[in-house]
Amino acid sequence: MATIDSKIPEGPLAEKWSNYKAHQKLVNPANKRKLDIIVVGSGLAGASAAATLGDLGFKVKCFCIQDSPRRAHSIAAQGGINAAKNYQNDGDSVYRLFYDTIKGGDYRSREANVYRLAEVSNNIIDQCVAQGVPFAREYGGTLANRSFGGAQVSRTFYARGQTGQQLLLGAYSALSYQVKQGNVELFTRCEMLDLVLIKDEEGKQRARGIIYRDLVTGEIKRCSAHAVVIGTGGYGNTYFLSTNAMGCNGSAAMQCYRKGAWFANPAFAQIHPTCIPVHGDKQSKLTLMSESLRNDGRIWVPKKLEDAKKLQSGELNPNDIPDEDRDFYLERRYPAFGNLVPRDVASRAAKERCDKGYGVNNTGLAVFLDFKYAIQRLGKDVVADKYGNLFDMYEEITDVNPYENPMMIFPAIHYTMGGIWVDYELETSIPGLFAIGECNFSDHGANRLGASALMQGLADGYFVLPYTIQNYLADQIQVPRFSTDRPEFEEAEKSVKEKIAKIMSIGGTRSVDSIHKELGHIMWEYVGMGRTEESLKTALKKLDDIEKVYWKELRVPGVPSTLNVELEKALRLLDFIEIGKLMAYDGLNREESCGGHFREEHQTPEGEALRHDDKFSYVACWEFKGEGKAPELLKEPLNYEFIKVQTRNYKN
Amino acid sequence: MWLIDSSIGRKVVMSVTGMALILFLTFHMAMNCVALFSEDGYRAICEFLGANWYALVGTVGLAALMVIHFIYAFWLSWQNYKARGSSRYAVTERPKTVEWSSQNMLVIGIIVCIGLFIHLINFWSKMQLVEIMGDKPADGVDLIRNTFSKWYFALVYLVWLFFIWLHLTHGFWSAIQTVGWSSKVWHKRWKVIGNVCITLLILGFASVLVLYFGKSLMA
Amino acid sequence: MDKTISFTLKVWRQRSPKEKGCFKSYQMKDIPTDTSFLEMLDILNEDLINKGEEPIVFDHDCREGICGMCSLYVNGHPHGPATGATTCQLYMRRFKDGDTITVEPWRSAGFPVIRDLMVDRSAFDKIMQAGGYTSINVGGVPDANAIPISKEKADLAMDAASCIGCGACVAACKNGSAMLFVSAKVSQLALLPQGQVEAARRAKSMLHKMDELGFGNCTNTRACEAECPKCVSISNIARLNREFIAAKLKD
Repeated sequence: MATIDSKIPEGPLAEKWSNYKAHQKLVNPANKRKLDIIVVGSGLAGASAAATLGDLGFKVKCFCIQDSPRRAHSIAAQGGINAAKNYQNDGDSVYRLFYDTIKGGDYRSREANVYRLAEVSNNIIDQCVAQGVPFAREYGGTLANRSFGGAQVSRTFYARGQTGQQLLLGAYSALSYQVKQGNVELFTRCEMLDLVLIKDEEGKQRARGIIYRDLVTGEIKRCSAHAVVIGTGGYGNTYFLSTNAMGCNGSAAMQCYRKGAWFANPAFAQIHPTCIPVHGDKQSKLTLMSESLRNDGRIWVPKKLEDAKKLQSGELNPNDIPDEDRDFYLERRYPAFGNLVPRDVASRAAKERCDKGYGVNNTGLAVFLDFKYAIQRLGKDVVADKYGNLFDMYEEITDVNPYENPMMIFPAIHYTMGGIWVDYELETSIPGLFAIGECNFSDHGANRLGASALMQGLADGYFVLPYTIQNYLADQIQVPRFSTDRPEFEEAEKSVKEKIAKIMSIGGTRSVDSIHKELGHIMWEYVGMGRTEESLKTALKKLDDIEKVYWKELRVPGVPSTLNVELEKALRLLDFIEIGKLMAYDGLNREESCGGHFREEHQTPEGEALRHDDKFSYVACWEFKGEGKAPELLKEPLNYEFIKVQTRNYKN
Repeated sequence: MWLIDSSIGRKVVMSVTGMALILFLTFHMAMNCVALFSEDGYRAICEFLGANWYALVGTVGLAALMVIHFIYAFWLSWQNYKARGSSRYAVTERPKTVEWSSQNMLVIGIIVCIGLFIHLINFWSKMQLVEIMGDKPADGVDLIRNTFSKWYFALVYLVWLFFIWLHLTHGFWSAIQTVGWSSKVWHKRWKVIGNVCITLLILGFASVLVLYFGKSLMA
Repeated sequence: MDKTISFTLKVWRQRSPKEKGCFKSYQMKDIPTDTSFLEMLDILNEDLINKGEEPIVFDHDCREGICGMCSLYVNGHPHGPATGATTCQLYMRRFKDGDTITVEPWRSAGFPVIRDLMVDRSAFDKIMQAGGYTSINVGGVPDANAIPISKEKADLAMDAASCIGCGACVAACKNGSAMLFVSAKVSQLALLPQGQVEAARRAKSMLHKMDELGFGNCTNTRACEAECPKCVSISNIARLNREFIAAKLKD
């Protein structure tokens, strides 16, 4: 087995990043102009990276599938962004943010990466404020903070319930500035369909370009560069129903995987505890209610099974259940963190109650999030001021007024911690290919804390990649621009076209969505919140079946040489099936429970996740071995030099 | 020149000329109202203005304002028409907060202009124009009496005043919004102030009309 | 809970920007009232695909009212009859059994139709590129708390910044004007000290770009404000006017 070099710099934890920056190679301004970088994706990570690289003087080409970079799904993040500013004087520090993140990730992330993340978190806030991001402020004019799950300090900066939007618009405006300056070229409504590798003189394969489809004209086009950066987000839509946007997909990551980039920890998917429950089989997506609601809302189910039954059948109104008959199970089980336990813990606790029959809603698959107490304590106006827009959204969707009735929530797939494997420099196992943001696996271990995704995306894009990519590009300054007429591009384009032709010629009867829904059911059922060896094996079998169904029964109407939404979805679905398999393989291999990955065979008597650090304290990297073949597992051991690995405890 | 080649600049021209015209109407109304109390007083005002140099300068200025306001209105409307594109919505519904007049200012403006034409023939051509030509102008009070004693003129003038009211109630706050003297709070205030002022203005004009029409009925 | 309605859907179908479009009617049967408007279109598309026809093309993405991608003109309103909501947040319980629902694309010279209900809004990107930013580089900025900003100002800036760039303002405007969009960005940055430094330059260049791209002149009808899914106020337009006039008078 190959040894994996994650290129972590020497030295004490707090000095690693400064040491790295002090000794890394840089590219001088005249040479920067000669180097091209492709950035795929325009979310927080992609847009901030493209803007920063453009600002440094590189020639950047930024791709996105939407009509504008501002639409990327980072925009939907509601709650906030963490930073170790300690503006509240409540004991926060870089170390504490680092520690909370490692612990929140259930000790499955790299110390050095996470420490760097905590270190640059403060710069992000400064940068965003300078861009004109209107963060919430106190009357005194200083920045306001709120608390989030998994932390005992208030370190989350926010802009109403639209923090992701504001941060993305900040990055988008920085990007727009660079477009104006002529450093960045935008390719909107363009989808990457393959990664192009070119051998250098030493015979080393390097990422040198992409094949993409212009989604409006249907044309297949080529683009070359000295390095390729992908920031294309996560693969939560494998489950069909998730809080991700309809267009979110894991295809770019899978293209890189098929070209040799390792896929790390695919089984680590985050299930967010506060989503609006599923209401029908026509539903297209799940809507997240911000985690910030858990600051003031109390989560409960009935104590008595008969009450739950009556609630399910609609005979009983939740408001008629007296406080003593309500089971505030998070406060009961985790007194120290209460309703603000990390997401994986809260989700599992909800599942536990529902599995035992205490769930509410007509499906029995929901728990209450009650603002009665907050309204009593703070008054309706204060609650409306803080959460009004979320309440309105809830009422619009469910037709239930959350000021008068408790909200109903249920966990849903939200974020994927797993992703393309990267080293300390955010470079994948393919030289010249970098992965940033949710698309990589690096910082969140087995579970991500709330308000950390925005932090990671922007950290990668603004402050990490612009340094580390230079260490790579410094050796490429002699390499001239590549012609897209080279045989490597020719071949990649040919294979893309063949794949499309094959899909178009299936001639079945079923729509992409109908097969995708089936995939989603399998994933949720067998690779969902609680997994067993048996369920994962079943999943692998069923996923093979679904792939067969795809190739036999799919129907894509229209032609490929023009705008064709069904074709776009069909191409992505194929990759979702592949990711589903990877998740099942990884879940099967990881015979322990940690963070978002819960193997029912491995739990404590109280039902908490049981890790096996002696056997599984590693990053599971999966290497592609060919179509239809099982991937090969490579292990990057996780060495904790600076903190003591312990069992996560949110009880006291 | 930003008053020509920028959309805000063009609107500023509309706004400033519009405000100036409202100001003129206010003076005009004040002078008319003199006729409510004293016919001799009104005659004195007519005589004072006459075809003296300051009245002529004022008239030319007014005409210029009108012409500019008019040309810009057509120019803006033509540009706006183009900006809507080649195809139209099959179904449209006006939101509650949108006034009908605000979306039909050009049409209302044209109607106002037609009224103005009649008005110029009825009054101005017999007073200032005649005086410019060197003849003796008609008596102002007589003109008012004659014109408004005819029911159809009284009706036409009332309709005309109503359209001016429509045009100005939107025009007032719109002009202020265009030059930027508005905010969330002041928007509401300006609307109230505008509605009150314009209504008073129109009532002032209408009162002279009603009074003389009433007088003619009683005579 | 399980209430359903049946209705006629009239949808604009257009192959390409150059080809002529027309309405097509579809009979929708027993649609649950708790499906969203876009899910209802998904159901129709599923039907069309099953019949071997091409599905209706429309823009959509996040389906929670924030990305600004969805852009349908439903029954005479951008984003449909609900106020303060995008098309994706429109639920079928707003409609009645037997209704005829007409769905059109945004219609404006600035937003040419790409296909069916999908329009090209890249003009907004171009306006942003003209000046919708603070011209700073990454790094070298002061501490976030170095410049205090009053809560009032920050809140006003946030009100303006909540624009999602969907283009409903242009679609609603009888003049095809993009003033609400432009003013929201100009306002947000003009209200904050970080953006004030180049406020005059920004107002001028963004407005000129808007004019250049063929958007109309604002005539203060307030339709944009009434139809804006984020309720962005026209007081922002007043602020843009103020900023622009002041900038021009200074020149």
